[in-house]
Amino acid sequence: MKNYDVIVIGGGPAGLAAAIRAYDLGAEVLIIEREEITGGILNQCIHNGFGLARFKESLSGPEYAARFIDEVCKRDISVMTNTTVLSLSADKKVTAINQTDGIFTLQAKAIILAMGCRERSKGALNIAGTRPAGLYSAGSAQKYVNIKGYLPGKEVVILGSGDIGLIMARRMTLEGAKVHAVCEIMPYSSGLKRNIVQCLDDFGIPLYLNHTVLKIEGNDRVTGVVIAQVDKDKKPIPGTEKHFDCDTVLFSVGLIPENELTKEAGIELCGATKGALVYQNRETTIDGIFACGNVLHVHDLVDFVSEEAEIAGAAAAKYALSGSKERSVVNTFAGDNVSYVLPQKIDKNIEGNVKLFFRVKKALEKCTVKVICGEQVLLEKKKRVVRPGEMENVILPESLVSELGGDISVVLEGKEI
Amino acid sequence: MRLTCVECPMGCEIEVEVSDGKVLSVKGNTCPRGKAYAENEVICPRRVLTTSVRSADGKMVSVKTAFPIKKSETFAVMEKINKITVTAPVKIGQVVCENISEDINLIATSNLND
Repeated sequence: MKNYDVIVIGGGPAGLAAAIRAYDLGAEVLIIEREEITGGILNQCIHNGFGLARFKESLSGPEYAARFIDEVCKRDISVMTNTTVLSLSADKKVTAINQTDGIFTLQAKAIILAMGCRERSKGALNIAGTRPAGLYSAGSAQKYVNIKGYLPGKEVVILGSGDIGLIMARRMTLEGAKVHAVCEIMPYSSGLKRNIVQCLDDFGIPLYLNHTVLKIEGNDRVTGVVIAQVDKDKKPIPGTEKHFDCDTVLFSVGLIPENELTKEAGIELCGATKGALVYQNRETTIDGIFACGNVLHVHDLVDFVSEEAEIAGAAAAKYALSGSKERSVVNTFAGDNVSYVLPQKIDKNIEGNVKLFFRVKKALEKCTVKVICGEQVLLEKKKRVVRPGEMENVILPESLVSELGGDISVVLEGKEI
Repeated sequence: MRLTCVECPMGCEIEVEVSDGKVLSVKGNTCPRGKAYAENEVICPRRVLTTSVRSADGKMVSVKTAFPIKKSETFAVMEKINKITVTAPVKIGQVVCENISEDINLIATSNLND
């Protein structure tokens, strides 16, 4: 059985950045990727806007990925593509399969989980009507258009206003399709504000907030959809129905971290993030197994994925080369207006500041983020505007981390928009 | 005029005062890029166009305009781009078509190997 210091499962943005950092700290590293090439979902995200935080320029997805792929190529990092990991054990044995080697097992000292996420499917939505052709997740439509060069349809309705849905509204329009509507059940879009402007407003595509889909019509091919406004309880309001003729429906209704391997290994998951519970070094509840990127929690910016992956990569190399230390643990909790906080656990024995990432439940303005421990406010930070679609963070300095007297909560106070 | 800046994910709400086609004031931006965006946006909006072109053997190569083009030119430029075929190898940053709009080049944003 071949041994590695660190095995990285997944060669997308998280896996690439984690592998580079682990290698640079002295570890022997293997990346296992199920697709033909590394780069992950960035390869089909040909729009720009990536890398503003990290590289101070606006790159397309493939350009952002290439920066990391080039760095991997410069190093002696092993990469296995076209290889699917079948199982992962708590003692860090990875069983994988590919066409040249068949099924094989590798042993690692440390594992980095970087499997990313997948789209919630229309099956998760319970929509009445038939099941005709022409229904796609926004990401599969993106793959058809950008990688395969096919246009999946000409008359389009998009359900859900996640970023991929917004990006695809523009993409399909540019390629000659007519996008009739984007329909969102919530009172706000879960996508970035700039994407509403540059993907919908620029092309006059209407966004129907507080609307849900009632029916999908058509037998062989979709022929239309009916949407309606919803009330406070998300029930359709009679008389508000709208009908659109269309041959294509795209679903952009959320992303789910892909954690089958994580569960199988016996790693504890967090209900709010659907990813592993982690310490600030992104170590899971099994020593020596780390997680980063969208498999841990769904990010809206790849720049933050790379940053998180580097934390995991460094910690994995450290674990592989020098083992673990005793812990002194406090938990983090989501307080008022906050839906989750990551990391969920802080080990006071790990040096360095702790960047607490969190998402808010509703849009607020003129707000204050507070980190509290019991009655005591440890930290306060003003934020102009916060939105559920945009991940926020607050930095807990090292001096506070080592002094933590108990569990902490992140709360948000502000005016509702 | 109220705008949402698209320069970065912050999406600042900007208020621009315009009179006779001249910008009098810009408020609400939090960086110089936002100010420049707002000044252009009210006079002549521009966007970087990202799309893809087909290679001779049917594979797709992603491309972008090297600088923002006039928004009003978007579909005319798309029509030009859709007539382009590239031949492998293509490298990121390579000019795929010169002067696709005004003096702005179309450049590759993905690699295509032989």
